[in-house]
Amino acid sequence: MGLFALEGVGVATERGQVLHDVTAEIPARGVTVLVGPSGAGKSTMLRLCNRLEVATTGRVLFHGEDVVTIDPLALRRRAGMVFQRPTLFGGTVRDNLALALPGADDATYAAALGRAELPSTFLDCPADEISGGEAQRVCVARTLVTDPEVLLMDEPTAALDERPRLALERLARHFADEGVPVVWVTHQLDQMRRLADHLLVVIAGRIRYAGEVGALDSHADPEVSAFVGGAR
Amino acid sequence: MIDTDVTGAGVALSLLLVAVAIALSWWQRLGLQRPLAWASVRAVVQLVVVGTALTIVIDEGSPPALWWTWVVVMVLFAAETVHRRAPEVPSARWLALSAYGAASAVTLGVLFGLGVFPLEGRTLVPLSGMMVGNSMNATVLVARRIVEELRDKRPEVEARLALGQPSREAARPYVRAALRTALTPQIETTRAVGLVFLPGAMTGLILAGVEPVDAVLVQVVVMYLVLGAVATTTVTVAVGLARRLFTSDHRLVRLPRPADA
Repeated sequence: MGLFALEGVGVATERGQVLHDVTAEIPARGVTVLVGPSGAGKSTMLRLCNRLEVATTGRVLFHGEDVVTIDPLALRRRAGMVFQRPTLFGGTVRDNLALALPGADDATYAAALGRAELPSTFLDCPADEISGGEAQRVCVARTLVTDPEVLLMDEPTAALDERPRLALERLARHFADEGVPVVWVTHQLDQMRRLADHLLVVIAGRIRYAGEVGALDSHADPEVSAFVGGAR
Repeated sequence: MIDTDVTGAGVALSLLLVAVAIALSWWQRLGLQRPLAWASVRAVVQLVVVGTALTIVIDEGSPPALWWTWVVVMVLFAAETVHRRAPEVPSARWLALSAYGAASAVTLGVLFGLGVFPLEGRTLVPLSGMMVGNSMNATVLVARRIVEELRDKRPEVEARLALGQPSREAARPYVRAALRTALTPQIETTRAVGLVFLPGAMTGLILAGVEPVDAVLVQVVVMYLVLGAVATTTVTVAVGLARRLFTSDHRLVRLPRPADA
């Protein structure tokens, strides 16, 4: 059984149909990359997994259970999400971690920082005085505080330079190897090739390829070939 | 009592001040001459109509049903005005109606229930007018501000929701900021009263020949009435609106940006 399964999912908004009859499975291990051009519906697919979006048609399953039957607040703690831009709030790094898990002790917060490869001395740092790359890792640590079963990462390196970008990719690989699966959204093919164990190519709201990265280049779908070739 | 009757000639002479405003608009090429003239004429007509109607409503023999009808019409009109001034706010009309309902219950309940004023048309109608009129700006401001805050800070709000915060908790910092913005001018006005300006009710009473100390007592009550009304309407609107902007499964609804005028 997959970690997430989308069964005939459609999403319509006032801007039109964002996803069309999507059926796909996200495995319970490794790094699954959702790749596709901007506006293809990748982020919408990811947001369906923690119910920041809901399907207009079809259903989304988490460990075989329809997400609409799961308490959304509990689901969001089990499926932690990191966004495009690091979003830290006022106060210290400790205050930020406490938003996810109020009242925990410093050891718990320091352990979460450690998993994001940040020292415990960061706890007292004012959140608005740290660099973009560090801020994004604090966001990862904040998500890890609740010990999620999966990490949903929505273009988390979009606002980062190359070094912090590669550091965050390494971190994602490390989590996957540790047994915390990662679902990573990107439109960058080089990043996809570095990270993906499993791949879903989303174009114009439809899944055009699902499988290994190695088989992508020989895939016959002209739209997939155009996307892969055009971005090279 | 000092004779403060303003004659027709006096009103006509005061039109000179409107002429000054129009002349300044013409000189600075503001293009506001027509709106200024129209607003001045319209205000006279409205006040004459209201004055005539008020004479009937607050007459000693008038039935209480008439006083309360006046209050209800005022509240309905205010709710409609809030809806018109804040078209981007979902359900603004209903939120304003419940806000004025709550503010009426609280403020009129204290003033008349505790016997601060006797319940008569002469007191109920003008005090309700002060309550509704003075809290309208703050009501519009808080509603618009909450929608703007949640729309512009959607990434922050969704980051909070994604951590498993309930919508009410995720919205709290933005609702609080909007409430502070809406309430602060009223607190500043209350603080500066008497030093920087003389408020309308007191000025009117003094012009009508009432002893300044008596006028002050009435003004203090009116001031507290306005403060209580502004706090009640803004908090009611803020709490109601924050609920409407999230779904029952803790998602922030889409809040499209209004087109530029």
